Amino acid sequence: MDRFPFRPGFVRNISPAVLNLQRVYEQNRQRITKKDVGSVPDVAAPQTKGTPRLLLMGQRRSGKSSISSVVFHKLPPSETLYLESTARIQKDSLNSFMDVQIWDFPGQIDVFENPNITFDIDAIFGEIGALIWVIDAQDDYLESVAQLNNTILHIQRSYPHINVEVFIHKVDGLSDDYKLDIQRDITIRIQDELSDEGIENAPVNFHLTSIYNHSIFEAFSKVIQKLIPRLGQLEAMLTNLCRTCRFEKAYLFDVNTKIYIATDSTPEDMASYEICSDFVDVVIDFTEVYGSWPRTQSWRARLEGEPWSQPVEDQVACELAEAGMVLSDAQRPIMLREVDRFLALVAIMKEGSYEKMPQINLNVDVVVKGLTEFFDITKPKEVKAAAVVEGRKGQGS
Amino acid sequence: MSDLDGNSSAPAGDAFGQTQTLKKVKKQKVLLMGKSGSGKSSMRSIIFSNFLARDTRRRGATIDIDLSHVKFLGNLTLNLWDCGGQEAFMENYLSQQRAHVFSNVGVLIYVFDIESRGDVERDLATYVNIISALVQYSREAKVFVLVHKMDLIQPAMREAVFDQRVALVRRKTAEAVSIVRKQKPDASAHPQSPPFPSTQIPDVDLDMQLFATSIWDQSLYKAWASIIHDLVPNLAVIETQLASLGVAIDADEILLFERTSFLVVSKWSSREGERNPYGDRFERMSNILKSWKHTCSKFTGTPRNAEQFSDFEYKMGPNFAMFATKFTTNTYILVCMPPGEARFNSAKLNVAAARPWFRFLDGPPVPMSSSSQMLAGGGYGSEAAGGSES
Repeated sequence: MDRFPFRPGFVRNISPAVLNLQRVYEQNRQRITKKDVGSVPDVAAPQTKGTPRLLLMGQRRSGKSSISSVVFHKLPPSETLYLESTARIQKDSLNSFMDVQIWDFPGQIDVFENPNITFDIDAIFGEIGALIWVIDAQDDYLESVAQLNNTILHIQRSYPHINVEVFIHKVDGLSDDYKLDIQRDITIRIQDELSDEGIENAPVNFHLTSIYNHSIFEAFSKVIQKLIPRLGQLEAMLTNLCRTCRFEKAYLFDVNTKIYIATDSTPEDMASYEICSDFVDVVIDFTEVYGSWPRTQSWRARLEGEPWSQPVEDQVACELAEAGMVLSDAQRPIMLREVDRFLALVAIMKEGSYEKMPQINLNVDVVVKGLTEFFDITKPKEVKAAAVVEGRKGQGS
Repeated sequence: MSDLDGNSSAPAGDAFGQTQTLKKVKKQKVLLMGKSGSGKSSMRSIIFSNFLARDTRRRGATIDIDLSHVKFLGNLTLNLWDCGGQEAFMENYLSQQRAHVFSNVGVLIYVFDIESRGDVERDLATYVNIISALVQYSREAKVFVLVHKMDLIQPAMREAVFDQRVALVRRKTAEAVSIVRKQKPDASAHPQSPPFPSTQIPDVDLDMQLFATSIWDQSLYKAWASIIHDLVPNLAVIETQLASLGVAIDADEILLFERTSFLVVSKWSSREGERNPYGDRFERMSNILKSWKHTCSKFTGTPRNAEQFSDFEYKMGPNFAMFATKFTTNTYILVCMPPGEARFNSAKLNVAAARPWFRFLDGPPVPMSSSSQMLAGGGYGSEAAGGSES
C-alpha cells in the first residue's frame, strides 16, 4: 500500500512562520544545487526550462504573498495577517499534472527602473506563462494602475504574447455595485493608456478576487487553463460526459490547490464550483483521517481470508477513490472520481439519478481512462519517460 | 421517516421484549456564563444554529438572559440559559436572581476569554462568585470551563498558556468550594437556601472539566461533545447497540451524530480502528460535516438548519470505504469500514436494517430489549452479510 491517492505530504494549515522557513530552506537548497552545477547564482536565472511560470506582481501590501500562500500552501486566510513583507523573489512550484512555477515579486522593487540592480528582463519574462498583477481594491489604486501600464508597455514590445491577468484584490466586504465600478474604472484607465500608445487588443484580463472566498481559486483556474495545451479537447471530453450521463456540471480539479483545470461547456457558475470544491475538501479530510495510516497485517489477513478468500485489491470495483453525496433537496447527487495522483473529476448530477450510479460509473471509467491518456500525450517529452513508469504503477489494475 | 417514531414503534418494542425500560424525557438546565464578549453566544450559535465562525463577528451583546430550548435527540431538551456577561447583569444574577438562576442547574459552562489582558483577576473573581452560588444551590451540577479564543495565542505557546490557566482556575475553584464548605452551617440556617442535611457537611467536590477552545477549529466540538455526552440519556444502551452493530457489519469505526448540531453522541471503534493516529478525529468529523452542511445550504438555498444531505459514500480503492447516512429521525451515522464492494453493500443494508434498534433515540421512550438480545440481532446482521456475498 505504497500508493496514496493524493500527495501524501501535502501541507495543511501550516503557520506563516513554518511556511517562511520552508521557503528559505527551499531557496537555499536550490541556490546550493545551482552552485554545484556551476551556473550563475542569479536569482532570476531560468532554472527549469519548459515549465510555465506565473509572475505575481503589484504594489507592496497588495496581497501577493497572501495569494500564493493561500492557493499553493493552504495557509488559512486569517493567518495571512502575520505574513511578513517579501524582501526577495519567492519561488513556489505547483507540482501537479503540469509543473508551474509561481514567482512572487517584492512590491517595492521596480523591475524596469531600478538604480541598484539591473534585472535580466529576458530571464524574468522570457518563459513566463502569465503575468498576474495584483491591485488592492480597498486602497488608492491609481499608482498601481500607472505602474501596471508601464509594465505592460515594456513587455508588450518584446513579449507581446504574455497574458496579463489583473487581480482586483481584497474585494470581500465591498458591495457588488462598488466592485463593478472599480473594475470598470480600472479597465478603462488601462485600455485608454494602451490605445494612446498604439497598442490595441493587448491580452489583458480582469478578475475580482479575495482570499476569503472561492474567487481567488476561480481566478487562478482561469489563468492556469490558458496554459494548458489542447484545453478544447479536454473540455469536449467533459461536455460529452455531461451529455451522456446527464450531468449538470463537471469539473476536473487539481486536488491539492482546488484549481479546476477544465470544465464542460455549460455556462460558468460560481455556486457549483464552490460546492464541488468543498466536496473535494470533504473527501481530502476523510482521506487524511481514515486513509493515511497503514493498517496491520492481521487486519488485511482477516479481510482476505474466509469467506472472501481473495486479495483486497480484487474485492474493490475501482482502484481509485470514488465518492458520492446525495443532497437532500431534490436528491441531487454529487460525484467524485480520482483520475490520477493530482486530478479528480467532480460532477453535479441531475435530480434522482443516483440509482443509475452503476451505468454512470461505467461512463466515468471510460472518460477517466481517456483523461489519463490525454495527459500522457500532452506531457512534455522529457517528463514523459519518467511518467510512463509511474503511470503504469497507477493504472496497473 | 415518520414511520420510525410515534405509534408504529410500539409493536416493535413488544417484539424486542421489555427487560429494560428507558428513562423518561429529560430537561436539563444549562447555564452558559462568562465575561461580556468572551464568545458565549457565538459558540452557541455555531453549535446549535449552524452559523459559520466568521458569521458570528457581527453579533451584538446578549442582554440579560437569553433562554432557549434546544431539542437534542428527541428525548433530551436542553434548557440553555445564555447569560449576558456585562457586570451589571452578573451582579444581578448573583444577588436578586440568585436562587432563580442557580437552582436546579444540570451543567454550568463558564467561558474564559484567554485574551482578556489585565482583566483576568476580575474575571476570576466573578467566576469564584458564580461557583459559590452554584455550590450553594445545585451541588450536583457539573462544571465545564472553556478557555476560549485559543486561536489568538501563538500555536507553540498554546499548551503552556492553557496549562497555566487550568492550574489557576483549579486553585480558585478549590478555594471557592472550601469557603462555601466552611460557611455551610450558616447557609443552611438561612431560609432561602436549599435544604442541606445540616448535621453532616457533604464533601463538596465539583465535577469539573476544562477545555481549550476556539471557534475557528474543531476544539469547540470536542468540548461540546463532552458536555452533551454526559447529558444524553440511555447512553449505555446506545453504546452496546452500536458495538453489536459494528461487530455485525465488520466495521472499523462507527460514529453517531446528532442531526442538527452534528455533535458526536456515541462512537465505537474496532481494534484496528482504535489504532487510528488521529485522536481528534471525532470532533474533526463534526467540523467537516458541519461546514459541508453549510456549503450545501448555500448551494441549495435552503435554511441553515434544514437537513442537507441524505447519503454519502466514499470508497478509497483498496484502503478503506466509508459511508454516512441519515439514520434515525434525529441522528446521522457514519461508518468507516474495510474495502470491498460486497462488504460495503451488505453493511449499508444492515445499517438500514438496524434502524429499529435505535428507534428509541427519536423520542417518546419505548421499552427496549436487553443487550443479550442485541447479540442475537448481530447474528442476523452477519447472516445478511454472508447472504449478499453469495
